[in-house]
Amino acid sequence: MIPSLLLIPAVGGVLAYFVRRAGPRRALLVLAAVAHAGMTAATWRVEPAPAWGGWLELDALGRMFLTITSALFLAAALYGVAYLREEGHGERRDVEEGFLFDNAPEATFTACLLLFLAAMTLVTVSQGFGLLWVAVEATTLASAPLIYFHRHHRSLEATWKYLLICSVGIALALLGNFFLAVAASGHGGASVRLVLPDLIARAPGLRIVWLKAAFLLFLVGYGTKMGLAPLHTWLPDAHSEAPSVVSALLSGALLNCALLGIVRVQQVCAAAGQAAFGQGLLVGFGLLSMAVAAVFILGQADYKRMLAYSSVEHMGILTLGIGLGGGGTFGGMLHAVNHSFTKAMMFLVAGNILTRYRSKSTEEVRGVLRALPASGMLWAIGLFAITGSPPFGPFLSELTILKAALDQGRAGVAIAYLILLAVIFVGMATAILGMAQGVPRDARMTARAREPLLRVVPAAALAAVVLLLGVYIPPAVRTALEDAARALG
Amino acid sequence: MSGGSVLPLLLALGLAPLLLGVINRTKAAVAGRVGPPLLQPYHDLRKLMAKGAVYSRTTSWVFRAGPVIGLAAVVVAAALVPLGAPALVAFPGDLLLFVYLLALARFSTVIAALDTGSSFEGMGASREVTFSTLAEPALLLALAAIARKTGSLSLSTMLPHVTVGVWAQAAPPLALVALALLVVFLAENGRIPVDDPATHLELTMIHEVMVLDHGGPDLACILYGSALKLWLFGALLIGLALPVHSGHRWLDAGAPALGMLLLAVLTGLVESSMARLRLLSVPRLLVGAGVLSVLALLLVLR
Amino acid sequence: MITVSGWADTVLVCIVLTSFVLLGSSRLGACIRVVAFQGVLLGFLTLAARQDDPSLRAPILALVSTGLKGVAFPWLLFRALRDANVRREVEPFVGYGLSMLIGTSFLAGSLWLAGRLPLPSPTISPLVVPVALFTMLVGLFLIVSRRKALTQVLGYLVLENAIYAFGVGLVEGTPMVVELGVLLDLFVAVFVMGIAVFHINREFDHIDADRLSALRDWAG
Repeated sequence: MIPSLLLIPAVGGVLAYFVRRAGPRRALLVLAAVAHAGMTAATWRVEPAPAWGGWLELDALGRMFLTITSALFLAAALYGVAYLREEGHGERRDVEEGFLFDNAPEATFTACLLLFLAAMTLVTVSQGFGLLWVAVEATTLASAPLIYFHRHHRSLEATWKYLLICSVGIALALLGNFFLAVAASGHGGASVRLVLPDLIARAPGLRIVWLKAAFLLFLVGYGTKMGLAPLHTWLPDAHSEAPSVVSALLSGALLNCALLGIVRVQQVCAAAGQAAFGQGLLVGFGLLSMAVAAVFILGQADYKRMLAYSSVEHMGILTLGIGLGGGGTFGGMLHAVNHSFTKAMMFLVAGNILTRYRSKSTEEVRGVLRALPASGMLWAIGLFAITGSPPFGPFLSELTILKAALDQGRAGVAIAYLILLAVIFVGMATAILGMAQGVPRDARMTARAREPLLRVVPAAALAAVVLLLGVYIPPAVRTALEDAARALG
Repeated sequence: MSGGSVLPLLLALGLAPLLLGVINRTKAAVAGRVGPPLLQPYHDLRKLMAKGAVYSRTTSWVFRAGPVIGLAAVVVAAALVPLGAPALVAFPGDLLLFVYLLALARFSTVIAALDTGSSFEGMGASREVTFSTLAEPALLLALAAIARKTGSLSLSTMLPHVTVGVWAQAAPPLALVALALLVVFLAENGRIPVDDPATHLELTMIHEVMVLDHGGPDLACILYGSALKLWLFGALLIGLALPVHSGHRWLDAGAPALGMLLLAVLTGLVESSMARLRLLSVPRLLVGAGVLSVLALLLVLR
Repeated sequence: MITVSGWADTVLVCIVLTSFVLLGSSRLGACIRVVAFQGVLLGFLTLAARQDDPSLRAPILALVSTGLKGVAFPWLLFRALRDANVRREVEPFVGYGLSMLIGTSFLAGSLWLAGRLPLPSPTISPLVVPVALFTMLVGLFLIVSRRKALTQVLGYLVLENAIYAFGVGLVEGTPMVVELGVLLDLFVAVFVMGIAVFHINREFDHIDADRLSALRDWAG
């Protein structure tokens, strides 16, 4: 089952590059997405067998992240078909500066999307640290052409920054891999394989200095990919210049994959009794990310950049949760799930707004509720979801993290957390509500345009999931998250 | 304090101008010319000593004292350097005295040049001092690396202790030191790629322009002093690179002397095959030599 | 005769020298060749490290990595450089002499830091960890202090070289597939970066990364 999970998107990607006509190619994209989602759903019923001698195995945490990735990709694929139909071909005029530009060939785009899915799947099923590294680097390389879909100088700049910063970060993670190998090397002879179950089993025998150094490098390396401040500088640029479909996948699925890298090494540290070392660092990075995001969200003029900084904030929140330990870890992992669905929905809706209004500015866009009723409603709902209002999912996870902070008596952390959440709420609410309400500046837009079904339904489905998670967490999900929380100490 | 042999000093005093002759002859041979006779520098010295000197009215006693002080400093430094046999004067720390005596010689030349008030000579002085600022750390650190490796601070015990065994054990740092010393050798003696000794254009000169106004016996002192300086740096390099310690006095002295002549031939070949570096690139070369010395020192310190 | 440690020591010292040459060199073509030579030196290091391994793993790995780093990468980068048609000079933010002095401080720092990390098993040479750390710092410094996008790619390659040297020197048991996967990733990364540099030049008429500054939060 695991090999098929990997092969479906990989083969689909290679095939999509060679299919000439747009119709069959888009059908291939949706077909691959549906097949992948189907197989992922099957893994919840039937435990998949480990493949390749234990290097590929789907544990509870991996299955959780795989499901998120697969669901988001399905939504993105459906949305993407409508997007490509409308915007894929021909010359376009840039919305910010007004010049003409081309888009990348659709075949490249579709192929890279599917290869991106394959790489992310590989991240979730890897149990070996070396393989995990290869997979994360592969996600960087597969997603770079996706960011450069609109061929102009700003997206090129964003792509270059993304490539370079993430590659350097991931190179540091490779050094972390080697440090981990040294930590696991046996005293004269048998070393431990760098596979998660083996490492956890032999954890007390690992060399502590090297393990700590490895954790540090993993945190900095994969943290760059995840968007933790101060290593997040590529994130706003990449998310604002990429097409909304790609931004949804980057924020919703890719950041989680990078998180998985950090979580795996923290599992090893916890098994070796060094959980406390990492937790302090994680709390620090978490609060710093929230603070940086708060500063840049206030008065942000570009709504896609605002959503990108919101991703930084939420990555900070869940890092803080994991760093607090105990109930906080459960809250952090739940928040990963909630944030993925919410942010992906927001980006898809933002794509609709951009197509209609042809402007990225929070000042210029007005009256979305009138011009695009369905998208406008989702946009407003999304605001409340992403800032942590009940009855949506993020409220529960953020509350759990707050409770963990208070339970541990860390009043300072809790107060800073609440203040930053409030600041971000104010910043985002003024922007998003301002966009949703009012009357569109251009009178022609009041005529309610027909919104393509495929552009609204995926986002609405994601919103429904977020609402559901706020009210009721399915037992299977709860068990998986609790297992993960326990493994992290 | 003493207890060495007078042989290295005699060899230095006698054979130093021969090095210049060998270098010039090599360059001529590579260029397809016959070139001046090997003993030409001796003839030049004799000719200069017989001449009278003319002193400009703008100079003072400093100008007259400069060449003499310079020569005296270099001759005393020659008493410190071993070549095949321990030097005449040897004590712990004499490598510092060696470096500073050469610095004194350089200082006296520079001061005499500035004393003339000529802009050309001032330009040459400033270039000379800039390059020496970068070359001296390279030299000192290289000597420090050898001192650390052999465990002594006296040139006469340091260099003979670098045997074939020491080379086999610590080849990388010693190779780096030899390379650094070669660059310093070329820089301090005004050889290509740092300075062109055969140039006629004052704007491109460094060493030659400082001594433009000297004549007669003063120029003879300067010429002989620079030949001695060339010999001394070469002796350092050969003492490091040619570990011959058989015990026979004449073999021990003769082999390094032969090595010096080979070094002169090598210098001639280097000068014939390279062009002079841009003046702005010379600091990079000297910092590179310094870095080699630092690397060698760090490797030895480990 | 010279022991394994002697050979490895010499190769590592040569790697340090190549890093210094990179810090002080002003010509892009020379920089690309020096990075390629560094890759070849790493191939030698792989052979020296696995001398007592009878299987064919080490020679194959050394051959693949030498081929990639010594032949494929320079070819890709020279192609990008030729298509870019810019002045083939490095144009640094930090001058060459100062860069070399900073490199010296990196070297001293790495030697000190490596002394603090207790080495587990007998490695091929006690110089491996300091040289790897030093080369890593040089790679990061090159990325930060040089203007052109191509030199940023070279800095990234030097960083990867350093990490590879660390892996070869210290780690015994990585499966060959993973090591080949790492090399493949590196190849694709350089390939993609080369294409990006080509696009940057086509778009902007230069490859100065510091002029890529249109995307920012505060105007001005």
